[in-house]
Amino acid sequence: MQATQPIEKRAAERGVSGRTFRAAAWLGWQIEANWTDPVIFFIYSVIKPLSGAAILVVMYSVITNANFEDPMFAYIYLGNAFYIYVAAVLTGVSWTVIDDREIYRMLKYIYIAPVHVPVYLLGRGFAKFAFGSLAVFITIVVGVFFLNLPLDLSLVNWPLFIVSLTMGIVMLAMMGLVLGSVMLLIVNNANFMGEAVAGALYLFSGAIFPLTVLPAWLQPVGYIAPISYWLELIRRALVGNIAQSFPTFAQFSNGQLLAILAGLTLLFTVLGFVVFRYCDHQARERGYIDRVTNF
Amino acid sequence: MDLAIHTEKLARVYKLRDAKKEQPRELVALRNINLDVRRGELFGLLGPNGAGKTTLIKILTTLLSPSSGVAHVAGYDVAKEPEKVRPRINMVSGGESSGYGLLTVRENLWMFAQFYGIPSKLANQRIKELLDVVQLGDRANTKSSDLSTGLRQKMNIVRGFLTDPDVLFLDEPTLGLDVEASLDVRKFVRSWVDDNPDRTLLLTTHYMVEADELCDRVAIINGGQVLACDTPANLKRQLQRDVIYRMEVSPLNGLQPEALEALGGVRKVSHEAKDGASVLELILAEDDALGHVVNTLTGKDIHILNLQKREPSLEDVFVNLVGHSMTEAESASDG
Repeated sequence: MQATQPIEKRAAERGVSGRTFRAAAWLGWQIEANWTDPVIFFIYSVIKPLSGAAILVVMYSVITNANFEDPMFAYIYLGNAFYIYVAAVLTGVSWTVIDDREIYRMLKYIYIAPVHVPVYLLGRGFAKFAFGSLAVFITIVVGVFFLNLPLDLSLVNWPLFIVSLTMGIVMLAMMGLVLGSVMLLIVNNANFMGEAVAGALYLFSGAIFPLTVLPAWLQPVGYIAPISYWLELIRRALVGNIAQSFPTFAQFSNGQLLAILAGLTLLFTVLGFVVFRYCDHQARERGYIDRVTNF
Repeated sequence: MDLAIHTEKLARVYKLRDAKKEQPRELVALRNINLDVRRGELFGLLGPNGAGKTTLIKILTTLLSPSSGVAHVAGYDVAKEPEKVRPRINMVSGGESSGYGLLTVRENLWMFAQFYGIPSKLANQRIKELLDVVQLGDRANTKSSDLSTGLRQKMNIVRGFLTDPDVLFLDEPTLGLDVEASLDVRKFVRSWVDDNPDRTLLLTTHYMVEADELCDRVAIINGGQVLACDTPANLKRQLQRDVIYRMEVSPLNGLQPEALEALGGVRKVSHEAKDGASVLELILAEDDALGHVVNTLTGKDIHILNLQKREPSLEDVFVNLVGHSMTEAESASDG
């Protein structure tokens, strides 16, 4: 051990972010996928997103007398499918704080390791993103083949889709970092925060109905919700003709919406690291890094 | 002097907020701690539960900010330069159930090696060596959730040594381990420090024997203060002129140990109830004082069941400094 020590100490200070992210993503995936045998995991991975979509489809079917040809169906179905990313990435990143501090009681060991803690949290969230991507894919495939979701791959604006999706995922991850940082300072009931935020955004981000459906006094909430712009771009990229049926963001061109999304992504990136820095300092002041409350 | 750890007037006050009260209550965990640990030293922090040992370790490992004072580890300020301290340290806490239960022992350890930038090949080689040292080699592929508390603690200990830190903090590492495993760990801890003069180890314990056997120097800590700091031999030498007896007697029938301390020649008395009897540890200024103690006990109809004269131990040093035994100190802090 002695002979290799100087090399290792230098290695520990090099490429910190890369190895932190890789190891955290590996750990996240193991936690996501390793809790049961592969067959049950596969069945769970398929059934879970379909169950979520089925609830919405049944409700829609009852309310509209199974009118799946209405553009509203594609609007709702795609919004709901991509909202899976919000729950997966935003709460995935932030939940890691609770997971490691309360359940595995390893946060203190991660903290004293030569890692960048924000990068570690993002790495853990990456596993949720991968798992969420599978769920989004399954939901859309089922929609296309069994529910006549009007998604024509030849008409998809792929560059817009890829850029919007990437920026949106980065934005969600950074929102998760903000939330996770705040969770560092909340030692009781922090477990509800991720779901509460994701739940609130579900209502006010145009995921399951256009913002124009909301009462006029509530609509501004939707317009300041960053996810609203991301979902609009995703819909425009995948089913542009249907997105045009809902004039929520008609005043914005694709380029303008992309610029807004880019601005929001940048804002949350800066905010994520600034808020983390503040909360990290406060958590060490208050002695919360390894505080276990059992909720 | 080449110092691995240096603290100056280090203090920590916790502010406990009570929802019903506006002003937070203050709990002083550390008071003006001045401590120097030399590079290559195996240093023990000895004190009862609640003495401030874990708080001190948390500050030194960058988990907790000090309220005032400074602390340096491996030459860096823990409050201002935590990112420089972290690659050079590691920590193992005892008596807790930690680890990613869904990962095997090997996976848990390999992952931490990645966080420290240790190449996989070297990490796997070290994992094998260290698991063999703590006799956990045959459980390398067992999920850590399937391990007993003691075996999980062994894994935790391996995680601490795996990264070969400059300064290693062991916070009650043998808590939860059986006697045999504790002995193995102590032996390894000593040899790890002896193998390389650049390695420093700070061990907290409330096991006197552990500190006595292992440590080059010991600081006795109670109520957030360092009461004494020296080699175990020097600390015990302070009591060399005293006479120490261990006396097992029938129940004390309401007699307070303080009444015995008031007798001439009796310096300190600690008391512990054990299996229906009472055990008195007596530190006497001279042998003659024993007669006063015996007379007082027999006068209260208390029977002497066993009497032993012995050499001073670190427990006696603790009693002499604090005024009561470690067990009594822990009972008081629990209460």
